[in-house]
Amino acid sequence: MADASFGFSTLQMGELAIGKHVQYILSVEKKKDSFESVVMDHLRMNGAYWGLTTLDLLGKLDSVNADEVISWIMTCQHESGGFSGNIGHDPHILYTLSAVQVLALFNKLDVLDIDKVATYITGLQNEDGSFSGDMWGEVDTRFSYIAICCLSILRCLDKINVEKAVSYILSCKNLDGGFGCTPGGESHAGQIFCCVGALAIMGSLHHVDKDLLGWWLCERQVKSGGLNGRPEKLPDVCYSWWVLSSLIMIDRVHWIDKEKLVKFILDCQDLENGGISDRPDDAVDVFHTYFGVAGLSLLEYPGLKAIDPAYALPVNVVNRIFFGR
Amino acid sequence: MHGRPRKASKPEDEAASTAKAQKLRALQTQFFSFHHSKIYTKEAVELSAKLLEINPESYTAWNYRKLAVEHYLSQPDCNPESVKSVLDDELRVVESALRQNFKSYGAWHHRKWVLSKGHSSIDHELRLLDKFQKADSRNFHAWNYRRFVAELMNRSEKDELKYTEDMIYTNFSNYSAWHNRSVLLSALLEKKAEGFLLKENLLPEEYEFIHQAIFTDPDDQSGWFYHLWLLDQTVTTDHPLLVSTWPAHGSDVFLVGDRCQNGSFSPFTTVLSDSGSFPIVLYFNQPVKGVSSSTVIIECGFNKNEELLWEPLSVSNLQTAQVWVAHLKFPTSELDSSVEISVGYSKEIVSPRGSQYSHPSTFSFKVHVQPVERDSSRVSVAENILWREENFKAYRAQSEESIPIVSFDQLCIKNGHESTPIVSFDQLCIKNGHESTASNWQTEALAKEVECFRELLSLMDCKIGKLTLARLLTAYDVMSFPFANKLDEYSSVLLRKMTSSEESLLQHCFQYKDSVSSAIGNPICLRLNNLSLSRIRAFERLLWVQILDLSHNELESIEGLEAMQLLYGLSLGNNKLRSLTALEPLRKLKSLRVLDLSYNQIGDHSIDTTRYLCSSPLSHSAGSELNDVALINYWEAFYMFKDLKLNQLDIVGNTVADEKFKSVLVKIMPSLKRLDGQLLD
Repeated sequence: MADASFGFSTLQMGELAIGKHVQYILSVEKKKDSFESVVMDHLRMNGAYWGLTTLDLLGKLDSVNADEVISWIMTCQHESGGFSGNIGHDPHILYTLSAVQVLALFNKLDVLDIDKVATYITGLQNEDGSFSGDMWGEVDTRFSYIAICCLSILRCLDKINVEKAVSYILSCKNLDGGFGCTPGGESHAGQIFCCVGALAIMGSLHHVDKDLLGWWLCERQVKSGGLNGRPEKLPDVCYSWWVLSSLIMIDRVHWIDKEKLVKFILDCQDLENGGISDRPDDAVDVFHTYFGVAGLSLLEYPGLKAIDPAYALPVNVVNRIFFGR
Repeated sequence: MHGRPRKASKPEDEAASTAKAQKLRALQTQFFSFHHSKIYTKEAVELSAKLLEINPESYTAWNYRKLAVEHYLSQPDCNPESVKSVLDDELRVVESALRQNFKSYGAWHHRKWVLSKGHSSIDHELRLLDKFQKADSRNFHAWNYRRFVAELMNRSEKDELKYTEDMIYTNFSNYSAWHNRSVLLSALLEKKAEGFLLKENLLPEEYEFIHQAIFTDPDDQSGWFYHLWLLDQTVTTDHPLLVSTWPAHGSDVFLVGDRCQNGSFSPFTTVLSDSGSFPIVLYFNQPVKGVSSSTVIIECGFNKNEELLWEPLSVSNLQTAQVWVAHLKFPTSELDSSVEISVGYSKEIVSPRGSQYSHPSTFSFKVHVQPVERDSSRVSVAENILWREENFKAYRAQSEESIPIVSFDQLCIKNGHESTPIVSFDQLCIKNGHESTASNWQTEALAKEVECFRELLSLMDCKIGKLTLARLLTAYDVMSFPFANKLDEYSSVLLRKMTSSEESLLQHCFQYKDSVSSAIGNPICLRLNNLSLSRIRAFERLLWVQILDLSHNELESIEGLEAMQLLYGLSLGNNKLRSLTALEPLRKLKSLRVLDLSYNQIGDHSIDTTRYLCSSPLSHSAGSELNDVALINYWEAFYMFKDLKLNQLDIVGNTVADEKFKSVLVKIMPSLKRLDGQLLD
């Protein structure tokens, strides 16, 4: 199962239809009248992040008009400093992170009033170190990750209580080494990514039992080579990100069969119309297109920019934030 | 977004979709105008219900409904009857939304919010949950909601435990139920609830239970992970424990300056020190906090306890680590002294979850200091190590020189001579023919499990079962079970076996042949080459090593190496190290002077798997000391090498090591004398 060589023979495997996927993403942006599109209206900010990060990984971020995107993003910011999923909707921490991430892609973090955004986020930390999604108080470790990732990108992580944030996340650790959404919540790859990513950014990965969690994570790989999110569930391309990035952050990715996973992701492409789906022959969407491409980047598929497993942004963008001038 | 088949859209489908979309848009627009104008009439609220029925993910509508409820509750004319009716409406809207999408975060949270207003009966909620359980027994939203309701309405853990039992008997493959069971049992054990006082009464029953699941379907993962948890509960204690120390209890440590003459000291415990101090290493079974000069008391003639600074060997600055070190200064004059160290008598050493250190203990050793002779014509011992086969000779005990044999127990095994409880699953070491340190019920339970699974696995090929058994057998120190190199298990077993007896260890002990250093003080070089090692383990038994040859293996990681505080020379040549950040453990090795990294893969990979396991600004574990603009593109080299005081470095054979990179290294490490075999000026 261990990957003996790090080179790939692209003759034997399918290929990534880069051009098709770029076209697909650009077309989704324009097609706002279908029912599917309207039903996802409220999370357009997330959609922007998925689509634009994919374009950047494929080297095609310049296919979009940055100024248009940025001015739309800023109209989604509320008095409180938080961002909504789209114009008219209420602010929420989910969309605040996506907004900041997209601005980072365009190297335009300077359009932000950083204190304003930081105030919104720090206001969402609770006594026990957890984070709420918005003023209505839903608590979930997803929001811990979001808060920590966002403030870190804005270089002001010290504005929250880091020690309590860490201890809350640890209180969500389970018997199998994984993490759930709240204390006692079942381990789930998505939540694991959020907790491991948050701990990574806070320099606290030594709290993770890497061997135990690594084992649980590598058992997500099924016969077809794809990854599922929990035991006895179906594989799904989005787990190629959540499971894979977690494995990479704890340095246990050599415990899965990388070649088989690459093949699974490539099999999920719609080679005619572009885009990637959750499973082979299912309908495509921007969400899975992003996770498929990001997963391939983590697997060092040739021709793609490298992505950072904790910040979920291209490595050059992260380096620019922390080391650039 | 999930599970929809891919099909070409026909024009009539598109037309229908556009029509639906227009309807929804109109609804949304109207909703927004009510919401932004804060209109909460019955008609307006009805509209939001219609919207949520079509699209339960439209989160702003749930917010609006909460505002509408709060608005209503603040009215002077509201009474308990009408409040009940309003809240009932909310619950109905949630149920209708859940029918549309039973995984809707917004819907479930709204229900919790309504319930926290003090409404609905526990029976009603449990009945609702039963419906969801039947539809999808793995729906984690429903399980979370169940835990929420149980807590809100004070349902007993024992009743909930019975529920998980019922669910499991309905279908063994219910990971969610097993998980919930582990949560409940942990809580009951921690509370020391009645009937749950002793693990030894509880666990055998749980083993019986899980066997039923595993034997029904050995390939189903649900049972195996729960079983692993039971094994862990059997073996480990939550409380932190000291596993190993250097110097070891009862040992004699000989400290010599870098130039010395005569004496007959064992190369195993002779430490060269050019810093006037030697490390004291404490190796615990898990990361701990609170190690300081008030929780670890050192009594020795030549140093004051209060001056000692204990340092955690971990990346984080949160003062938590599995291995701690302090440096004890010794005088330059001749000395024969006893040192006694007491650990954990005051209760402040704790695990991150607050479990206190148990079994306080004391260990002691003797320190002998040899006076330093200043002779500038002599070259320092082993300053330049050439890691070639012909430069090492096997260590031969007794026959050649009259060097006192070091007791193997003093070298490798842990803290006390009194019996200690089993420390952790990995460190469990029940040797054949030796007195086991485990108490009876634990040994019995494990023996039973090994028996049980040996039988199962002889009947069927079950991968995950084999791994569990492998861990059990590692505990039993038996080597005969064959398996592939999955999960680095092979390396782990190999190293444990090698360090488990004097004979096997000595086979890997060599000394450097340099004629100058054939004088005393030529430390043992542990050579572990060509063993296909993918990972290094058993550090608690290797704390004494000063020179280590790991060349020609499959190492991608040196995780844990920071524990080897005595390391002076290290070869990692011809391995599979992929990035500079993988060198993080070396940063804590204050004595390291010679390092060979030649022929690895540093620079070949675009993805760095140790990026977040190293000290850097990205993980907020290093500051912004990097001020030199010219070094920004070499930030990994900067952070990894700036604290190392290497004299000799080999890095040839790595893509990253071009001339520019090498000149950067020379800049970062002013102490470097030799780079890739060349003397620097």
